[in-house]
Amino acid sequence: MSHTITTQNVNFKVFRFNADEDYLPYYEDYDMEVTSEEVVLDILDRIKWDHDGSFSYRRSCRHGICGACAVKVNGRSTLACKENMNDLVELFGNELTIEPLSNKRAVKDMIIDKGDFWEKHEAIHPYLISDVEEHPENEHLVTPEEAEELNEADLCIQCGACHYACPVVEVNDEFFGPAAFAKAYRFEADVRDEAHVARLDELHKENQGLWDCVKCYECQEVCPKDVNPIEKITKLHQMLFKEGVATSNVATRHAVGFLHSIEKRGVLDEGGLVLYSEGPAIVKHIPVAFKMFKKGKIAMPWAIPTSDNLDEIQKLIKSSQTAKF
Amino acid sequence: MKYALFTGCTAKQSTPEQLMSTMAVADKLGIELVELTEASCCGASHLQDFDDFLSLVLNARNIAYAEKHGLTMVTICNTCNLNTAMTKHRLDENPDLKAKVNEKLAEVGLEYKGTSEITHFLYAIIDDFGLDKIKEMVVKPLSEFNIAPYYGCHNIRPSELQNKTHKTKENPYKPTSLDDLIIACGGHNVDYAEKTKCCGFHVELQAPKTASILTGKAIAGAMDGNADMMVTPCPLCHLKLDTQANHASEAIGREVELPVLHMQQMVGLALGCTPEELGLQHHLVDVNFVEINKESNE
Repeated sequence: MSHTITTQNVNFKVFRFNADEDYLPYYEDYDMEVTSEEVVLDILDRIKWDHDGSFSYRRSCRHGICGACAVKVNGRSTLACKENMNDLVELFGNELTIEPLSNKRAVKDMIIDKGDFWEKHEAIHPYLISDVEEHPENEHLVTPEEAEELNEADLCIQCGACHYACPVVEVNDEFFGPAAFAKAYRFEADVRDEAHVARLDELHKENQGLWDCVKCYECQEVCPKDVNPIEKITKLHQMLFKEGVATSNVATRHAVGFLHSIEKRGVLDEGGLVLYSEGPAIVKHIPVAFKMFKKGKIAMPWAIPTSDNLDEIQKLIKSSQTAKF
Repeated sequence: MKYALFTGCTAKQSTPEQLMSTMAVADKLGIELVELTEASCCGASHLQDFDDFLSLVLNARNIAYAEKHGLTMVTICNTCNLNTAMTKHRLDENPDLKAKVNEKLAEVGLEYKGTSEITHFLYAIIDDFGLDKIKEMVVKPLSEFNIAPYYGCHNIRPSELQNKTHKTKENPYKPTSLDDLIIACGGHNVDYAEKTKCCGFHVELQAPKTASILTGKAIAGAMDGNADMMVTPCPLCHLKLDTQANHASEAIGREVELPVLHMQQMVGLALGCTPEELGLQHHLVDVNFVEINKESNE
């Protein structure tokens, strides 16, 4: 591809709101000619410099390091300084809506109150906890393989893109959110960290912890630094079992229940899984289960299928199982 | 066209209508499906939380059976598709991991080679059969209906992986496959913000409130878009939207309920299959297509 600069017309609908003056937010239209060299931050600058000096947004490094300028374009969280206009037009067409990361947390235009993000971040103890002697005789050596384990998670710049893209954060104020979990993993995976079990224990609290992740992959999709938070959440789940921190609750039994079911039948026994996960609390599912039964949606125990060559599956479980509960 | 069919677990238990409608549509389109009766559960992303290596081995075993047939594996569940495609991706990218998995598979006389592709039935019929051909075969266009597409997370995210597994390039913020399929069936596609959002299925047991709110928001979004029904390629989304409407209504403080069709059922209706063949009688929220049809013709 030759490196010629192209231009095109784009209609921007930009979220405007001043918490001190406005009762409701509104959207301002800006028609602009944009070049293929520009990023979203250039557009924000031009709105401020050429159209309305009161337009407010956060920016600092301009190099994808400080994490200050994250906004949403057509619903997709992104770093304004990193997102090329051509790519966006290719993805969404010539009508682009620019909004803050969270409309409900807007203070002024693109600027949000990110307090909840920092509270969650703080709550997972985002630092190395290690009892280091004042005058150590040796350095604490970390092998390249051990460093590799946390490298990806260490790239997080706390921009909040994943946090405000997470549907659980949206509906549950207590949920730690993907960024905090990825940061927790960064220290959990650090061989020098000594808070290992204590931090893990904090992470799987009911209603705010790891098990409330809905596995939607929104966080992986938006992360501008490829931290892949959901993968880190999965690794933390595995750590809970590996370190023996996992206690028996509906979530841990739900994960382990799959193993029992596969061991027995190859395929999942849906009713059996719910019973194993819920225990006596299964009674709350009876009304829906009854309706499902009437519609032929519940297989009787004798009608639940079994995989062919089940012995292979059972043999593989015996030889390949790496986790215990 | 011939595929190895990985039915997944729900198609034979809580969503029998999904398997019925898949077979009925495949029959109409002349697609041959060889069922992988040896396949185990994919782990549904929950076994993965407990034992990553074991879930890789089990999924690689499923793929190995598709490879034995020399066929592309077709799935009918978004979550099956993601877990299987992720396994394939990780093994194909990492020879050491592939060797470790194959060491285990060798114990039962199997080998994962990486020769079979994996695709969801939705993309199989769009990529390989073609929307134009489906359109030509429509005998009962769904022109009376506003249909809200509900994509389901595990078919559109992570897009980097998804767009490697099928030819249709999907923008996870503005996907088109299901919308295009609705249009091909003669229906009117409803645009609404929640069509790419999560239904909450995977935390239904451990975080029921979160799950119910997400379900409620999804149905409410479709209703506000004036939808007569929703349609989804994922049986797990289907279960959540169809069977949990009561809890969803309680959670969001608004009565929400819509018939939710599997994409196969929608295509089947347009191709002239009977509601019984498509298992519409198995839904909790009634879908009486014939009756709806009558009303709208008056």
